[in-house]
Amino acid sequence: MSVLTEASVDTVSMPADDHLQGDLLEISMGPVHPSTHGVFRMNLLLDGERVVKLKPVFGYLHRNHEKIAEHETYLGSMPYTDRLDYICSITNNWAYALAVEKLAGIPVPERAEYLRVITGELTRLQNHAGLIGFLLQDMGASGTPLMYAFREREKILDLFEALTGARMMCNYMRFGGCRCDLPAGWMEQAKKVVDEFPRFLDEFESLLRTNEILMERTQGTGIVTREQAINAGLSGPMARASGVNYDLRKVDKYGIYDRFSFRVPLGEHGDVYDRFMMRLLEMRESLEILKQAMRDIPSGPHKDPNTKIRNFRPKAGEAYGRIEAPKGELGFYLISDGGPNPYRYRVRPPSLINLTLLEQMCIGHNVSDIVIILGSIDIVLGEVDR
Amino acid sequence: MNLEEIKSQIEANVPGCSLQILLNGSPSGQHSLLVDKEHGLTVASYLRDGASPKFDYCSNVTGVDWPLKETSTKQKTKKIVDGVESEVEEVIKTATGNYLEVVYHLFSMDARQGPLVLRMRTEDRVDQVHLPSLTPVWRSAELQEREVYDLFGVVFDGHPDLRRLLMWDDFKDHPMRKDYVDPDDYEYEPTAHDEVLKRMQAHYAAQGAPSASEETR
Amino acid sequence: MLGEGIIKGLAETARNFFGSYVNKERLTTVQYPEERLPRIEATRDFPFLVYDGDDWEKGLRCVACQICEKECPPKCIYIEKSKDKKPDAVGKPQNYPAKFDIDVSVCMSCQICVEVCPFDAIKMDVQFELSSDDRFGGLLLTKDKLAKSNEYYHEIHPTEAAGVDAALAEDREKEKEKQRLAAAAAAAAAAAKAAAAAAAPPTTVAATKDGAGSGGAAKEEAK
Ligand code: SF4
Ligand code: SF4
Repeated sequence: MSVLTEASVDTVSMPADDHLQGDLLEISMGPVHPSTHGVFRMNLLLDGERVVKLKPVFGYLHRNHEKIAEHETYLGSMPYTDRLDYICSITNNWAYALAVEKLAGIPVPERAEYLRVITGELTRLQNHAGLIGFLLQDMGASGTPLMYAFREREKILDLFEALTGARMMCNYMRFGGCRCDLPAGWMEQAKKVVDEFPRFLDEFESLLRTNEILMERTQGTGIVTREQAINAGLSGPMARASGVNYDLRKVDKYGIYDRFSFRVPLGEHGDVYDRFMMRLLEMRESLEILKQAMRDIPSGPHKDPNTKIRNFRPKAGEAYGRIEAPKGELGFYLISDGGPNPYRYRVRPPSLINLTLLEQMCIGHNVSDIVIILGSIDIVLGEVDR
Repeated sequence: MNLEEIKSQIEANVPGCSLQILLNGSPSGQHSLLVDKEHGLTVASYLRDGASPKFDYCSNVTGVDWPLKETSTKQKTKKIVDGVESEVEEVIKTATGNYLEVVYHLFSMDARQGPLVLRMRTEDRVDQVHLPSLTPVWRSAELQEREVYDLFGVVFDGHPDLRRLLMWDDFKDHPMRKDYVDPDDYEYEPTAHDEVLKRMQAHYAAQGAPSASEETR
Repeated sequence: MLGEGIIKGLAETARNFFGSYVNKERLTTVQYPEERLPRIEATRDFPFLVYDGDDWEKGLRCVACQICEKECPPKCIYIEKSKDKKPDAVGKPQNYPAKFDIDVSVCMSCQICVEVCPFDAIKMDVQFELSSDDRFGGLLLTKDKLAKSNEYYHEIHPTEAAGVDAALAEDREKEKEKQRLAAAAAAAAAAAKAAAAAAAPPTTVAATKDGAGSGGAAKEEAK
């Protein structure tokens, strides 16, 4: 532009529509794109770098989990729930077990509740650690923070493996309790991990929390207001970053969450930075819960002795059970017709519903900001597409 | 939260709507409220803005398929035929189902109550499958109603962007319906013994193409 | 100060980088496959069939009850029951699996088959290096590939295997006790019959048998 003097502009005959304005560019981002956290696709309409329109396209990982579950016994669906949000298999198991327990009225022994809280909060820790690693990776902090986060996550996965036999596909909960009790030495190891975790958090915070580049990029990006968040059904850290005080651990007090004292961090602006901070703060609260649970865990049976695993037939009826999964409200809606398989089995996937406002969050931002907005939502495509 | 109270609240404020409480036999005790589809949208906006508590958070939206189910029960009745009392067996046929149902799970954020289970039913499963969309009331229903449209075939009137969500655009059927049969040209991963392998072999034999499984064996 | 955050972050990276030379906590990876991490005991991947004794075909604990086949969520187990019966590890005549295949490319390592098996016949293995380019030859495990000895089971899951062995031994004790009681009861029943026959007019052969006294004793014993 600067080379064109005023005179030359006059002499060059410009066509009616402004060429420098350019056309809108339509591109497809994904489905195989390193920053979409899986096979997720967005159709973008761009004005230069700026997003004018964005339409998410789902379904690349769709396997109709709900239909499969209608052909499985109640127990048979448990390992499939591991594969929904494959980062947090234990909380998926928990939500499903909770829904079935509601449906059939199964009591859960005390020790099992503690085991659930301990494994569930460890799941939240490793999910959030992984997520902030990925988020920083998306921002261009290539590798380093992600590796640090994964190093810590690995320690928790080792605990899962020692307890359940698998690092990610734990398949740990059963209706009325947990599959197995803690092996010898597990608690000591877990206590050690929990004690050392704050050091990692401190390091992690000093690494990037006050980094000027990070603040510049994340503050004011992808804003969701409180009203929007409620109306769009956002849940979990996404909603709380927008100031919605709704944590199912406090609201429903499912299991034994009323016994622990912990705080619910709330954001103010609802931007990417708040969502990033939300995860950091939630990890600290999870550690508090873990300490209390590990201190108080009683001895006793780890599952309800009267619940059969085979030939399990709840009587006709329906139930909706939900928990505060690391990504938000994970619910299972089950209808039983009295048979061995559920008549209807529905997963309320937090990852999918948190994407409702994706377009609105991205409009007006640059393409590179879409990546961090998407990263801050925390989606796992196994759960989005089911 | 009492479902009866909410029902009478709605009835007082939304004139002309017909509500029905459906009881739930399971220990969860989550009974639901069946709303007629003509007043679905007004009832929903009343629940969000006017009711107490206000149900501002619509958590879960899903569909249920209830195909026509005929059950026949035999009943013995005494009849007097020509002055002689005799026992006659009568077969009573009852037909249930033959509709698609959409279920909304509502919660109240401030009052921390819920779930309020709202249901709406279509007239049948073939062409009268229109229901009002509640997306204008709760945005959270947007993607979930699309999913119900995709997998069950309920058409939501008033939805801003009703397209398939999970299946591809030119896919024809609705996979979550109970009578859905998957097409046999589906790309199965053949396993060693099950009927999937046989179906796949039959499919390729009919086409005259070499069976993929034979090649891999 | 502008840039303070960046400097802090760099200092942290430097600490981790140099720390990884001296501190195991900061360097947790190993060079697979030359180096391996110690195996965690509870680790599971694919199922195998346990046999007792030396002969794998004779010693299989599996009695082809097909419960696991029915319960396996992705249906990757295929069993054909034998037509004849042969003694199992305990010595009772049982069916045995004429065919027992597990398609490990479908198996999702969920362990449900292990949980539902009433005979402790199927357990989880730890062998994970199974990759093969032969879909059916390499990944459809047949009975002979699946059968592993109880000693092997003890080697990979010592605690669990010890528990299983103890439970099995207890079951066997109970079984023996039951058999003994059943035998005694049968004897008593026979004796009672004989006694009844004896009480009847002495026309039958049974009446000549002297069983009344001992039958009464057996009855006492059985109680
Ligand atoms: S492995 Fe166990 S459950 Fe399966 S057929 Fe054999 S005995 Fe039955
Ligand atoms: S581990 Fe699970 S998937 Fe594999 S054979 Fe056993 S039941 Fe089937």
